[in-house]
Amino acid sequence: MGGWRRWLLVAGVMAAWAATQGAECFAAECAETTAATPWWVWPLVLFFFCFVLGIIAVLAGVGGGVLYVPLVSGFFPFHLDFVRGAGLLVALAGALAAGPGLLRRNLASLRLALPVAVIASSCAILGAFVGLALPTNVVQICLGGTIVFIALLLLTSKNVERPQVPRQDPLSMALGMSGAYQEYTGETVEWKTHRTLPGLLLFILIGVMAGMFGLGAGWANVPVLNLLMGVPLKIAVGTSKFLLSITDTSAAWVYLNQGCVIPLMAIPSIVGLMLGSFVGVRILAVAKPKMIRYLVIGVLLFAGLRSLWKGLGL
Amino acid sequence: MSQEIETPREQILYANILFYGCWLGIFVMIVTYFLYVFGLLEPHVPLQRISQCWAEPVGKYVEGSGIPLGWGWVALLGKGDFLNFVGIVFLAGLTVLCFLTLVPAYVAQKRWIFAAIATIEVLVLILAASGILATGGH
Repeated sequence: MGGWRRWLLVAGVMAAWAATQGAECFAAECAETTAATPWWVWPLVLFFFCFVLGIIAVLAGVGGGVLYVPLVSGFFPFHLDFVRGAGLLVALAGALAAGPGLLRRNLASLRLALPVAVIASSCAILGAFVGLALPTNVVQICLGGTIVFIALLLLTSKNVERPQVPRQDPLSMALGMSGAYQEYTGETVEWKTHRTLPGLLLFILIGVMAGMFGLGAGWANVPVLNLLMGVPLKIAVGTSKFLLSITDTSAAWVYLNQGCVIPLMAIPSIVGLMLGSFVGVRILAVAKPKMIRYLVIGVLLFAGLRSLWKGLGL
Repeated sequence: MSQEIETPREQILYANILFYGCWLGIFVMIVTYFLYVFGLLEPHVPLQRISQCWAEPVGKYVEGSGIPLGWGWVALLGKGDFLNFVGIVFLAGLTVLCFLTLVPAYVAQKRWIFAAIATIEVLVLILAASGILATGGH
């Protein structure tokens, strides 16, 4: 374990340096600072920053995109358009990598995800267009408000491991939204959904927000699936992660087609975050995630307020 | 209660395509990135210039650097920066490929609602990918 700690420390120092560079950039004239910096510095810094972000995201139980967009747009010299494009690809790559394992173990349900995905992915396209058409400061203000809301949601929401669903509603029955999974103990847990219509309607809003801010939407998917529709927490988390691979795909195409993806910054972000996630999963066994979760909530609050501040031009 | 849970066959197929496709896409992305940043292939936009553009809104970057919109990048595949789009686009297209396998699977099972939903999803993703929908940007 000592090896992991040493790596984490090295990466942490690099990330802290990255944040300092970014803050310095915004303190001074950004364009001048970036012009004076050799081109290879920012991708390298971004790679280490995202590596640490990947570790933290796993330990805190949040998606990479929700940390990536507010932090990178707040502390790096990139315009929000490119950060959102890269943010969607970061969330997409993470979801694609996690998808196979979740589907094979029945921890993500294809039949639960299908109807939700159609709604969320169509609305994500709309959200992406709205986000690209609105003035940057308006998007920045909305993003800041959303990030602060997510931080409060993480702080206050109490997910239920196995919600009680007394009766499956007719829509849920028609769409076959039920299934079973096996716990590590060997126990088989059967599940079904209720309040399906309001749940599906909420995915309109979730899709729009995912496309508009490039955040990924696990923070919203899980409470709707778990608390509203009565899906067990394990299936809600697994299906939500898988769902991102569909929702973010549609929005990512819009950003790609509009020129919002710069490979020089997007690829180090994707690879850094994925490597960080692999390390994070190994650290998870011995870490104290609760403490890290509170730390992430604090960071999100700070990043959200900074985004609001920038958007308001204060 | 303990019994063996069977994962639906179409779900396993989807997972397998996703697994191999995802790692292939990431591998291609890393290889093309190294070709690009180590200067083995000349980029369309010089590397130092990009770092001067990324603080500006996308409209200025596209206009100032002659970046093609939609699928215009295909014509520039010989350039180091646009070669990177092969891996990125492959990852973004993987879900469409997976959904295409679902449609015949659900038709064979006579699960018409699922076959219809999977078809609609394919159409939605193709519409997004096509670049037909456009916006003015800012």
